[in-house]
Amino acid sequence: MATAAAHRTAATSAYGAQDTADTAAYERAFDAAVAADERIEPRDWMPDAYRATLVRQIAQHAHSEIIGMQPEANWITRAPSLRRKAILMAKVQDEAGHGLYLYSAAETLGTGRDELLDKLHSGRQKYSSIFNYPTLTWADVGAIGWLVDGAAITNQVPLCRCSYGPYARAMVRVCKEESFHQRQGYELLLALSKGTPEQHAMAQDAVNRWWWPSLMMFGPPDDESQHSAQSMAWKIKRHSNDELRQRFVDICVPQAESLGLTLPDPDLRWNEERGHHDFGAIDWTEFWEVLKGNGPCNEQRITQRRRAHDEGAWVREAAAAYAAKRSGATGPGGTATGPGGTEGAQA
Amino acid sequence: MGDDALVLSHRLGEWAGHAPVLEEEVALANIALDLLGQARVLLSMAGDEDELAYLREERAFRNLQLVEQPGGDFAHTIARQLYFSTYQHLLYADLAAGDGPFAPLAAKAVKEVAYHRDHAEQWTLRLGDGTDVSHERMRLACAELWRFTGEMFQPVEGLDADWAGMEQAWLESIGAVLGRATLSVPEGPRTGAWSAGAGRQGLHTESFGRMLAEMQHLHRSHPGASW
Repeated sequence: MATAAAHRTAATSAYGAQDTADTAAYERAFDAAVAADERIEPRDWMPDAYRATLVRQIAQHAHSEIIGMQPEANWITRAPSLRRKAILMAKVQDEAGHGLYLYSAAETLGTGRDELLDKLHSGRQKYSSIFNYPTLTWADVGAIGWLVDGAAITNQVPLCRCSYGPYARAMVRVCKEESFHQRQGYELLLALSKGTPEQHAMAQDAVNRWWWPSLMMFGPPDDESQHSAQSMAWKIKRHSNDELRQRFVDICVPQAESLGLTLPDPDLRWNEERGHHDFGAIDWTEFWEVLKGNGPCNEQRITQRRRAHDEGAWVREAAAAYAAKRSGATGPGGTATGPGGTEGAQA
Repeated sequence: MGDDALVLSHRLGEWAGHAPVLEEEVALANIALDLLGQARVLLSMAGDEDELAYLREERAFRNLQLVEQPGGDFAHTIARQLYFSTYQHLLYADLAAGDGPFAPLAAKAVKEVAYHRDHAEQWTLRLGDGTDVSHERMRLACAELWRFTGEMFQPVEGLDADWAGMEQAWLESIGAVLGRATLSVPEGPRTGAWSAGAGRQGLHTESFGRMLAEMQHLHRSHPGASW
């Protein structure tokens, strides 16, 4: 606790005092706070590189939520029952909400949503490579829920203990909803797997196509992951890519069995000595290609996102113009906007 | 009523991933979900919800032509929402006050619809009284959908409501909102020889068949399957 107090004091007195002795003191206080598992908060001093890493990671996470709406929204109008349609709509809505939490978390680091969206639209910031794969059948909606959300949760649960407070708190909320989605995806696949032969085949085909891309969601192998060591030292990250990937495989194997579906990996088997499943080699060429923008849907996803943004520009401008008129008008007509009017631009 | 909610919910679902701001992704999906919830209750009162949604042909749907109108731009979506949610709010308030079979559903749904109506009104104000571009788009959208609004007040068989009173209240409310939005009430008839009561009789506009084709194709491709 003493370290946190020292850290806060250092941070509050930091304004205006920029000499190197002070900076060294702040750095020591920051390192001590991180070492003591204390949370760094927006007004605390933090190293520039820590701030930059967090902005990059949180923004990429937020972008993934909103690009990730597309492959699933692709099936909203074709969902085969009203119950499934309601579940899917609610899920896509949650993703937009997660995007909002995460942009807010990023904003506490001194950036803005508009700036981040601009970086997404111009390709300067990335989103998860998984969303560059197409949803070709209804079963893909289930495979995304089970595997993609499952991998996301495996990645994100440790982030609930991340050293940066706003991000950690956003993750607590996000993970609760994600695990709900994951169960729904599993349940969707189970219904298909136990359904007609055609439905079972549809489920198996979807799992075959989504399995490897889901394993790639954990990022490159540890020896090729450029940000890992520093992120772990800062306690932004708690486990290595390969550790999390192994954990995910170990979770999925029994789930696949109870689904009555197979995982498309002939090398997948239990290793008694390691106490883990061994699994086959990931096609890293494909991973890097998708990351570079050459995946099946990269072009389409970013084009749709840009188009939605560009075509919505007149709406955002209208909201801003209206809000400006209201804030200027303080006369007797000021209440004419009614309840909610002062909330102004939703943009 | 169930078909109105089902079809409008579907149209709103088409916005997912396309909205002008993230907050509207959330809001439009939220409204779509409320409507889908209402549709499921109402269709279940009439039979099996999925059979009714997925296995009826175009001519058997009884929704208003207004709600099946394709999205168009954001102004069209807002104008459609303004017209419909104002109507739906009046209808549910009326039904909730009675003791008919729809009173319990209406009592719950009227709260959701009050939110939908507020959302549509707030956006009508922003677009109407925003920029010149948004004003013109909102004016156009309100005018283009105007001819579908008369159908809402054709008495529906089996629904005991004060249709004439609702129509009067609707006109007053819409007039007031459009006025505050610096827009005028569209001119021209609110019903045509063709549109008056047409959707309620299973006579729809051309885009509706394509909407159903998309909505129903997967369900129909696997007869008897459960999902």
